[in-house]
Amino acid sequence: MPRRRYKSSIIERRKEVLTGLENLGVRIYEQLDRGYFPSIEMPSRSTENIYYDPQVRQFILGDKRVRRSARNIRHIRPFTQLVWTAFFSHELASQRKTSTLRDVYYSAQAYEMSFKDQQESNNIITDLETVLGSSREDFNIFPEERSAIFGDLTIEYTVPDYEGRTLNLTSHPDGVMIGPALTSSEFVKTTADKVIAIEKGGLFTRFIEENVHKKFNAILVLTAGQAPRATRHFVRRLNRELNLPVYIFTDGDPWGMHIAMVMISGSANAAHLRELATPDAKWSGVWATDIVNYKLPTDPLDEVDVKRLYELQKDPRYKDPLWQREIKMFLKIRRKAEQEAFSRYGLTYIVDKYLPAKLEETK
Amino acid sequence: MVQTTFEEISAADFFYRNRDIAGFTNPSRAIFAAVRELVENSLDAAESLKMPPDIYVRLSFEGEAGKESQIYRLRVEDNGIGVPPRHIPSAFGQVLFGSKYKLKQQRGTFGLGGKMAILYGQITTHQPACIISSTGASKAYMYKLMIDIQRNRPLILDRKVRINKEQWRGTIVEFCLEGDYFRAMPKILEYFKQTAMVNPYANLTFVDPKGRLYKFTSVTKEMPDPPKETLPHPYGVDVELLQRLIQVTPYKNMLEFLRHHFHRVGEITARKFLEFSNISPSKNPKKLSHGEIVRLMRMLKRFREFLPPDAGCLSPVGEELLRVGILKELKPEFVAVHQRKPSTYAGHPFIIEVGIAYGGEIPKKGSFLIYRFANRIPLLYDEASDVSVKVINSMNWRRYKVTPDMPIAVSVHICSTKVPYKTVGKEFIADRPEVKREVANGLREVARRLQRFLTRREHVDRERKRLGIFSKYLPKIAQFSAQLAGKEKQPDIKKLLRSVEKFAA
Repeated sequence: MPRRRYKSSIIERRKEVLTGLENLGVRIYEQLDRGYFPSIEMPSRSTENIYYDPQVRQFILGDKRVRRSARNIRHIRPFTQLVWTAFFSHELASQRKTSTLRDVYYSAQAYEMSFKDQQESNNIITDLETVLGSSREDFNIFPEERSAIFGDLTIEYTVPDYEGRTLNLTSHPDGVMIGPALTSSEFVKTTADKVIAIEKGGLFTRFIEENVHKKFNAILVLTAGQAPRATRHFVRRLNRELNLPVYIFTDGDPWGMHIAMVMISGSANAAHLRELATPDAKWSGVWATDIVNYKLPTDPLDEVDVKRLYELQKDPRYKDPLWQREIKMFLKIRRKAEQEAFSRYGLTYIVDKYLPAKLEETK
Repeated sequence: MVQTTFEEISAADFFYRNRDIAGFTNPSRAIFAAVRELVENSLDAAESLKMPPDIYVRLSFEGEAGKESQIYRLRVEDNGIGVPPRHIPSAFGQVLFGSKYKLKQQRGTFGLGGKMAILYGQITTHQPACIISSTGASKAYMYKLMIDIQRNRPLILDRKVRINKEQWRGTIVEFCLEGDYFRAMPKILEYFKQTAMVNPYANLTFVDPKGRLYKFTSVTKEMPDPPKETLPHPYGVDVELLQRLIQVTPYKNMLEFLRHHFHRVGEITARKFLEFSNISPSKNPKKLSHGEIVRLMRMLKRFREFLPPDAGCLSPVGEELLRVGILKELKPEFVAVHQRKPSTYAGHPFIIEVGIAYGGEIPKKGSFLIYRFANRIPLLYDEASDVSVKVINSMNWRRYKVTPDMPIAVSVHICSTKVPYKTVGKEFIADRPEVKREVANGLREVARRLQRFLTRREHVDRERKRLGIFSKYLPKIAQFSAQLAGKEKQPDIKKLLRSVEKFAA
């Protein structure tokens, strides 16, 4: 299990991942060399082994472990794929190249290690994450999805050719993409005193246009729907390394609520990983009570919305009174509202009135 | 029907008028039937000497006959027993000559041999047939003859005697007939193939009118024992047979008559029967009235104490020869054959032999190939009505891991002194319960063996696949882990591969 660190140390972290991969190789090599079928043990990711840990405030894996053995005819293929993926990741990480999930799927074919489909290769990568206890971004495999960041934060690149170069994240009015280079950068300095995460691109742009970053001294993060893991990890670093409070604004519906929750408490899918969640982040809106208080234009909740609300009501992550209250309110008013709904009061209303009020309320 | 009109018109005349029932329905059926009759005659002729048959058949085109038929010359040569010279004219020019009052498992549909074919040839082409035969003695005889249809007598047109220095033995029959070879071709070729299947000891050569040569070579010298003649069993007689026996019998009282003309009837059984049927043992059979004969037939069928017929007179192919024949003609991957114990129906003994062949060169058709044989001749027509087909279709093949899309050929052979054909066409077997049961039991037995084979093969396949997986992935694990661990040398995985091989063995 990786140690928790509050200070950035990208280079050390990379070294740690490389060592982890090499050790895995040595372990398998030695088993083979002694004439044994190699096997690997890892925590089970089956649903009955996923628990919510109130201490850590995220989902974690229980004590159940699974063993993958090359002796087992059903295991040997995924086992080989796992060893290959480790080998490939090691190549990537040591040459400081990055790759996407899709890329991995195709690269495998060059080694006659074809995966049936993308899903199979994704599963193997998740296996490797579980074995090593670090996320795939650490061994330079990124998803396709990208989100963005904007604000007064200066970073220093650690990727080849950019090493040592710095960038201020206000330098592009569309924001800077949160990609592999940014994720692996060191923080140099910032004047911001908070982070505001926003679900939707339209609002993110509005906030930049309205100088929210200046008015509120904030770094703006676009999650673009459910936040990618790189973004979640980056927000966590902003919180932990720079001690910036994080406020999350989403649509006022069960799905927006859950976007915020995954950033705060993590997802069951990533229960084998730490350092993705930001437990101290706050969901600042749009709440169900906001819909009532601000008399927002609404749509009715449909069947799946309601079903989702009942699910969330029972979810251990939602046991906090605030969340329970909002779920009940949604179920009572049976309405939902998008972030854009504030436009009925004029384009700047959300920035001028709603945002300061909510930041104050959830401080 | 045949026998009751026997007295009224000549037998040749009868067949002339009713050639349909002998299989000479149309030009295509006729040419097939002619080839078949003569080949079967030749097979019998060789087998009666326990000689592996060597038969040469040639069809040559002679000229157009009609819109859909041509004149062909058919020549069939064999290495059989030969016909003694004085019998040649009658044997080939007189219908029903030599019919015996004994029963014997025989091939020909009517026991008419080639006579019907020769008669048909004469009717359609008005040309004489040429017969050459020798019993292996110093002379060979050639006859050119026609049949006097009205009088059922041979007309000898020419006769030659030739010195047989090389001591050739056999018979050559050559005559012209009308037919439609190209329509009959598939059946004729199928006939040779299937004949070769149940006669794997025979050499068959066929040259068709286009000069194409088809050769079916023997693969064994082993032959089944030839069938023996046997007396009719009391359960199987009819009035006609009784009348004929009475006509020829030298015995002057019923006791002797029963003892000497019936199968498995000894003195004790005969006495018991006469008592049962209230007939005086000293009664002269020739004095029986027609009514008494009918009553005798009924009583014979009703008496429960006759011993069941003995199948010793039958000549099945035998499991080994059937296996060899199937392997030779179908080239399957697997074959199972089974011979049932002799059984009887209505006083006639019979033996069922079945074979099932799988894979190899057997095609996948979506249904089984079915080969039917009766007294070692193939049955090629009316498959759907045959008892074997009914049994095959009603079996639950899934139980034996068998599905219709598998490449499977089923062979069923029935041999009997009286094959239970359903119709006069004699192309399919009636579904008599006794026969049906034997066929079903035989098929179940071979199906079980096929199932065992399929299961074992599946197991071997699985093991081979398993081994393939290990030998595909273990080297890769070795390679990648060595690279990952930064080792120069790859770990030795031979021992591991050997250990999985051990499971496979």
